[in-house]
Amino acid sequence: MKDFKDSAAREKVPFWLDPKKRAILFQLMTFAMVGLLAYYLTSNTLINLEKQSIATGFSFLQKESSFEIGESLIPYSAANTYARALLVGALNTIKVAFIGIVLTIILGTIIGMARLSTNWLLSKLAAIYIEFMQDIPILLQLFFWYAIFYETLPSSQEALNPGAGIYLSNRGVAFTIPEPHPAHLYMLLAFLVGCVIVYLIRRWARKRQEKTGQIFPVFLVSMGILVGFPLLTWWVLGAPLKMNVPKLGGFNFEGGLTVSPEFIALLLGLVLYTAAFVAEVVRAGIQSVSKGQREAAMSIGLRPVPVLNLVILPQALRVIVPPLTSQMLNLTKNSSLAVAIGYPDFVSVANTTINQTGQSIEGVALIMAVYLFFSLSTSVFMNWYNKRVALVER
Amino acid sequence: MKQVVQAGEIRPPITHIGVIGWVKNNLFNGVFNSILTVVTLFLLWKVVPPFFRWAFIDSAWHTTSQACREAAGACWSIISMNYRFILFGFYPYEQHWRPFLAMLILFGLLFYSRDRSHWKKPLAYGWIIGLFTMGLLMKGGILGLPSVESTQWGGLPLTLLLAVFGLTAAYPLGVILALGRRSRMPGVKILCILYIEMIRGVPLISLLFMSSIIFPLFLPEGVTFNKILRAQVAIILFTAAYIAEVVRGGLQGMSRGQYEAAESIGLNYYLTMRLVILPQALKIVIPPTVSILISAFKDTSLVVIIALFDLLKTTQSVLSNPEWMGFSREAYVFVAILYFLGCFSMSNYSRKLEKELSRGD
Repeated sequence: MKDFKDSAAREKVPFWLDPKKRAILFQLMTFAMVGLLAYYLTSNTLINLEKQSIATGFSFLQKESSFEIGESLIPYSAANTYARALLVGALNTIKVAFIGIVLTIILGTIIGMARLSTNWLLSKLAAIYIEFMQDIPILLQLFFWYAIFYETLPSSQEALNPGAGIYLSNRGVAFTIPEPHPAHLYMLLAFLVGCVIVYLIRRWARKRQEKTGQIFPVFLVSMGILVGFPLLTWWVLGAPLKMNVPKLGGFNFEGGLTVSPEFIALLLGLVLYTAAFVAEVVRAGIQSVSKGQREAAMSIGLRPVPVLNLVILPQALRVIVPPLTSQMLNLTKNSSLAVAIGYPDFVSVANTTINQTGQSIEGVALIMAVYLFFSLSTSVFMNWYNKRVALVER
Repeated sequence: MKQVVQAGEIRPPITHIGVIGWVKNNLFNGVFNSILTVVTLFLLWKVVPPFFRWAFIDSAWHTTSQACREAAGACWSIISMNYRFILFGFYPYEQHWRPFLAMLILFGLLFYSRDRSHWKKPLAYGWIIGLFTMGLLMKGGILGLPSVESTQWGGLPLTLLLAVFGLTAAYPLGVILALGRRSRMPGVKILCILYIEMIRGVPLISLLFMSSIIFPLFLPEGVTFNKILRAQVAIILFTAAYIAEVVRGGLQGMSRGQYEAAESIGLNYYLTMRLVILPQALKIVIPPTVSILISAFKDTSLVVIIALFDLLKTTQSVLSNPEWMGFSREAYVFVAILYFLGCFSMSNYSRKLEKELSRGD
């Protein structure tokens, strides 16, 4: 064996036939090509920028933005910097993505369940919904909902009043909200305390069950605490009932909470579109659990709710969560289409910034960085989750 | 034997067969389902007849916009009076037969390619010739066809062009990226992973912005590409990353034995991939590739944002005409139907293929 090895080593192999050396050479060539391309593009860009006398760098972020933004979660005016304007945009993106994700999961689960229902009518309707929504571009849907808002709904003078305290007009939807009161802060505190207590109770109940086998009604008690604590605080602090009702003043509603048509059109479009995909994910997940699992669980005497909670869901979720997260990420990325209907999300604000300052490279880089941050943090979460739920094989 | 009772004489009770049995089994099995059925039927009754009335009975089909505004229902006249502009954009009016013929060639090729028994070499040549002819028809300039600048292309042909050329060019790039990602060379692997994850992490719109604003800066002075080509490049770069991920799935589905068998008969990397691995791996991933084609087709609508006159943008410019302002619903429903027909036939086809392939033929 030794002789053979030596003889092979002695025989001179030209470097282009040695796989290891060839691999190194090939990689060097690839890097050189990519490097050259990058150098070529950068040098062209620098020359072009110099010709158009555009300064590079992010110093423009500290300048005054001098444009207004329709809606904002933090105080903002045209006198603020571009950096703050972009922050407003990022927060608006997070706002619509967060609310959208919550609503999408709820609606998607309902439609997915309807698709699996033994009720023929419901199942077919769900199938039609899924097929239709998946086959129409999201941008078209956004335009459609936005058009419905500003073309079909009446002006704010003749606003529709579908329910008590809700006004629908082409200026958006105005809701009645409770008048701000110090009690609300204490209610929030009570809710947080309730969360901590619920967490402790869950731990205690699990330990007790492991020790004695007795089951404690965790869900009911938790719900009681989470709802009861804030309600109790509210009652103790004098039960403030004053409501802030939207009133028509001039051309728009004053008071209450007004949600812009852009936001609603965007939210509606994103939720209805993504829910169709989520419904398919949920359906596939539940179907992936074989029938035998349910039958086995029922045969050992579990009731329907524990069958779902202890047997079906843990297995279905393992299949559901990865594609579900990618759908949530899709929703977040699709929220960038807000720029087309004028909702001030991050892309829209960045676009305005680019148009005003001419800092196109920095602007687009910022857009990419923000979305990359969202998707990378999602994939970190996914890796953590996959490790947590991975099947433990024996 | 003669004493055997004829089974046919005893029929199941009437409530278990036929229409009644079906309704009972599928709509009213249990209290909860019965309530659901009744509620759903009630909602349908509330929604469907008024919609039907709006869309078909009270609607105006081929009138002036004035007559449309007086009609109680839908105004389909916005489509019938402007369909040439919606479908073909600013393409010279007398020359509309050219994009129309190009689309016919495309549909013909697509239709012929449906059958997998036609997937042979002549079909590939047919596609190359077909795509070339389509380009020639659109562009003109020879054979007595007046030249039409690509800045005038628009409407449905542009949408189809962006989708079909986008996918055709993105496919080989995606396969190379997927092979690179599975490569044993760390340098190549890292580059491919970086590219794929970067692109998949950002929305298409940021790439389109890049193509429309930054791309001109990348080029030396005097060299310019037109807007459509730049958007096309962005769509290709974007789609390639998604195709790479799909192809990677197919490559991972190949068993080790396939690689080892190819190596054992002395095939090198290139031949292993070309003759053994890729033909099998690409066959597995045909259905997900069709879904990428569907998303690419839908995503072409995003070029509206960088002001290319695709199908959606031509519709919007009809809507911005004061004469036809206010009929967005009808116009968008029409565009939605076009997109739906395209996507639905593709997804239907993908399901059919999936069934065929899983039968293992």
